[in-house]
Amino acid sequence: MVEYVVSFLILFGAVITFIGSLGLARLQDFYTRLHGPTKATTLGVGSLLLASALYFSSRGTGWSLHEVLITLFLFITAPVSAHLLAKAALHLRLPALSQPPRGWPPAAMEMEPRDDKMY
Amino acid sequence: MRALLPHPLLTPILAAVWLLLNNSFSLGHILLGLLLGWFIPWFTLRFWPQRVCIRRPLILLRFIVVLLSDIVLANLAVARRILGRPAQLRPAFVIVPLSLETDLAISLLANTICLTPGTVSACLSPDRRTLLVHALHAPDTDTLVATIKARYEAPLKEVFESC
Repeated sequence: MVEYVVSFLILFGAVITFIGSLGLARLQDFYTRLHGPTKATTLGVGSLLLASALYFSSRGTGWSLHEVLITLFLFITAPVSAHLLAKAALHLRLPALSQPPRGWPPAAMEMEPRDDKMY
Repeated sequence: MRALLPHPLLTPILAAVWLLLNNSFSLGHILLGLLLGWFIPWFTLRFWPQRVCIRRPLILLRFIVVLLSDIVLANLAVARRILGRPAQLRPAFVIVPLSLETDLAISLLANTICLTPGTVSACLSPDRRTLLVHALHAPDTDTLVATIKARYEAPLKEVFESC
């Protein structure tokens, strides 16, 4: 029974990850292409990790919970890279299907150190 | 107390991460995890001097559940859009005015927007008042802004900025 669930999750994760990368080829400009791969990590990798946790927990050697951590780390790091890629594209003024609104990126974007004793 | 335990919440979280990393719940690892959970926040205090406070854990819990279900649903929606006709997409930049003020809440909101498929947060204005968001398909930008504000920003504000 567990095997059916695990194989379903693996197949589902693989399909979602594939569609995410297919987005790279099918979508038209940099910004929309950004959506495909960053999303594949959440649901696609999420269900692969769930399958892994289920499989290794059901083998009688105790719980396997590393996968929870991988999910946590992915959820923390993946959005940061997507955000930085989008920001870099804004500053490079890449051609886009929809233009960024007037005044973006802000001209005075150089990060000045703030004076709350962080630096 | 403040000097010894600068981030009380971080200690159990780090201890839990340590236990998960080792995949073991023996007494030795629990003690070691608690020790690390005390030492690391104390050692890195200068990186995050602001005190984190979390009120209303129930709202936080509901936010996480909403977020997870949104990730699943919106992923399927994006998958359908990729497989459909890309020429019909209406990508758009949206400006979201922020009512959040603390760094932690703003970065959590930006993270949330990136995690939910179909939107990527692209740029935070230098005065931290507005966030530029790119949406994969947004024929109606006003609704999108209202959804982001009501669904994600309001609970974050209540949890992280009510003390």
